[in-house]
Amino acid sequence: MTKARTLYEKIWDAHVVDQRDDGTSLIYIDRHLVHEVTSAQAFEGLRKAGRKVRRPDLTLAVPDHNLPTTPRLDAQGNKIPIADPQSAAQLAALEANAPAFGVPYFDATDIKQGIVHVIGPEQGFTLPGTTMVCGDSHTAAHGALGALAFGIGTSEVEHVLATQTLLLKRSRTMEIRVNGKLSPGVSPKDLILHIVGVIGAAGGTGHVIEYRGEVFEKMSIEGRLTVSNMSIEAGARAGLIAPDEATFAYLKGRPMAPSGAEWDAAVAYWKTLPTDKGAVFDKSVIIDAADIAPSVTWGTSPEDVVPVTGVIPDPASFADPSKQDAARKSLDYMGLEAGQKMSDVPVENIFIGSCTNSRIEDLRAAAGVLKGRRKADGVKWAIVVPGSGLVKAQAESEGLDRIFLDAGFEWREPGCSACLGMNPDKVPSGERCASTSNRNFVGRQGPGARTHLVSPAMAAAAAVTGKLTDVRELTKQD
Amino acid sequence: MKAVRKVEGRAIPFGQKNVDTDVIISAEWLKTISREGLGAGAFESIRQKEGNIFDDPEFAGAPILIAGDNFGCGSSREHAAWALDDMGIKAIIAPSFSDIFSGNAFKNGLLAIALPQEAIDRLMEVAKTDPVSIDMESMSVTTPFQDRFAFEMDPFRRNCLMEGLDEIDLTMTQSDAIERHEQETDSARPWIRPQAA
Ligand code: SF4
Repeated sequence: MTKARTLYEKIWDAHVVDQRDDGTSLIYIDRHLVHEVTSAQAFEGLRKAGRKVRRPDLTLAVPDHNLPTTPRLDAQGNKIPIADPQSAAQLAALEANAPAFGVPYFDATDIKQGIVHVIGPEQGFTLPGTTMVCGDSHTAAHGALGALAFGIGTSEVEHVLATQTLLLKRSRTMEIRVNGKLSPGVSPKDLILHIVGVIGAAGGTGHVIEYRGEVFEKMSIEGRLTVSNMSIEAGARAGLIAPDEATFAYLKGRPMAPSGAEWDAAVAYWKTLPTDKGAVFDKSVIIDAADIAPSVTWGTSPEDVVPVTGVIPDPASFADPSKQDAARKSLDYMGLEAGQKMSDVPVENIFIGSCTNSRIEDLRAAAGVLKGRRKADGVKWAIVVPGSGLVKAQAESEGLDRIFLDAGFEWREPGCSACLGMNPDKVPSGERCASTSNRNFVGRQGPGARTHLVSPAMAAAAAVTGKLTDVRELTKQD
Repeated sequence: MKAVRKVEGRAIPFGQKNVDTDVIISAEWLKTISREGLGAGAFESIRQKEGNIFDDPEFAGAPILIAGDNFGCGSSREHAAWALDDMGIKAIIAPSFSDIFSGNAFKNGLLAIALPQEAIDRLMEVAKTDPVSIDMESMSVTTPFQDRFAFEMDPFRRNCLMEGLDEIDLTMTQSDAIERHEQETDSARPWIRPQAA
């Protein structure tokens, strides 16, 4: 009998090109997503060395990080130039590099354009059992479909472009089993924030996490993408969820997914992937879903999580002295005090978007709270940024854009937007933002910006009341 | 990649934990299409404060940085490694590193040396006044006070660093094996080839 293996081990084993005595393996990469920020230097490297892209057909390029989310075409249908010369140059570099190296490319004005991690699953480019990389750490998201997907740096981007492989060491495996059911009003985002809070920002370092248990089996693919996306916030380079009927139903008929007889062969293979009974993980964490409330972050590390019903912890309450120090610095940066109730914290900005929470279900959840309501006067800036042109079109066909606009939100073009302070969408220094993104680092949403990570429904609730709010309080009255 | 066998000199006793890539180099600096010149943006949010350790003349030109647990967590931006390199850092010593950062550091010939917290505490103390030395041959960090801390490093990485080898060149020598894998995949799992976008 063959040894019982985990999902991770099965994908790994199927992609080993060469195993070396020093413990490293050359791993074949089936899918490579490319965006403007981490690719220019890699293409430049290829050019200097006179190298080609080995498998342009396994590569897909799209601009997202640096692209403004304001309209891209004028009334005559001409492209509106990008004001910032550096951003314009970086976007132009991708636009030129993709065709020069034969890589498929979705232009900024294409309805298929969007955030790399939204368009991969949406197009059926992401498939179970494949290895997938992108020069972006939230590549972990694609693990939601059972792909071994992880972020890489620019030198690795160049390595994959040139050789379609990476030299890797096998990771340790970690199982996060969530038992029971999530309570009403508690979303996948709350769950993953809670998980990061429990295991810590470095808790998964060196590991690939597999999310297991009833909660994930019942969760939609979009919810699974939200969870797996933030694996990196717990230090894990990749997250995984076993592919199942929901995965197959999600992928069937997607433009780049297999079809016909190949589809059947693919499904038959995908069904062999889930972790075998008796397979052993290096580490196991068990979480009870019933313990989880809508979650918010109070500090500048994604592990700084409390239930929205809670208070800001006292730095002295942490056992580790360096954590005490970090917590003090965080509170100072965030302009908050220990003991303050989370639900008393006012917010001036609301951001609904990012690869964590910009898919159609996220927009529906936020619109569900905002319907018939308006943002509070204290909220100066509220934006919704759909994850792709297709998500935007779907939302518009459902009338969600009207709900957001009526509530006082701006309705934008797809991109990373205020998730990172790189394009024009930034949170002003010293102001707070209830954000559906994934990182609350110092300066992440712009210099001096103060981020509170929340779910889409919680961001909508904060917009309505002007402060961090337990969304269940609002929906109770509905 | 240039070969690195030894790094000696002053070490910046920074010591912070969970130093994320946004702190090392903020997003505003990622618009560049070059690998150079990022040192000016390194640790910008910290350097805005007067009396910060990075602008302390005592540590001007120091080639070593000492940090806390989980250094380089967050994004995959290799700009973090380029920025450190550009500001003259040749080695970082910390109890642990994020996986992506340590890979990026390695690819740029920056040493990411992991040592236990007790060793870090001692080195932080020494670094205030005296130099620190890292030797790749003996895989140890030493101080002028007889301290000697042995570290571990993946043998492949160590060899590449000490010999200054280019990883793409190395992998290219295996193109036959790569081609074999592609052929096997094509017959066993033909559906992996994506339909045209
Ligand atoms: S939305 Fe944010 S986290 Fe996601 S890919 Fe863009 S910048 Fe990265």
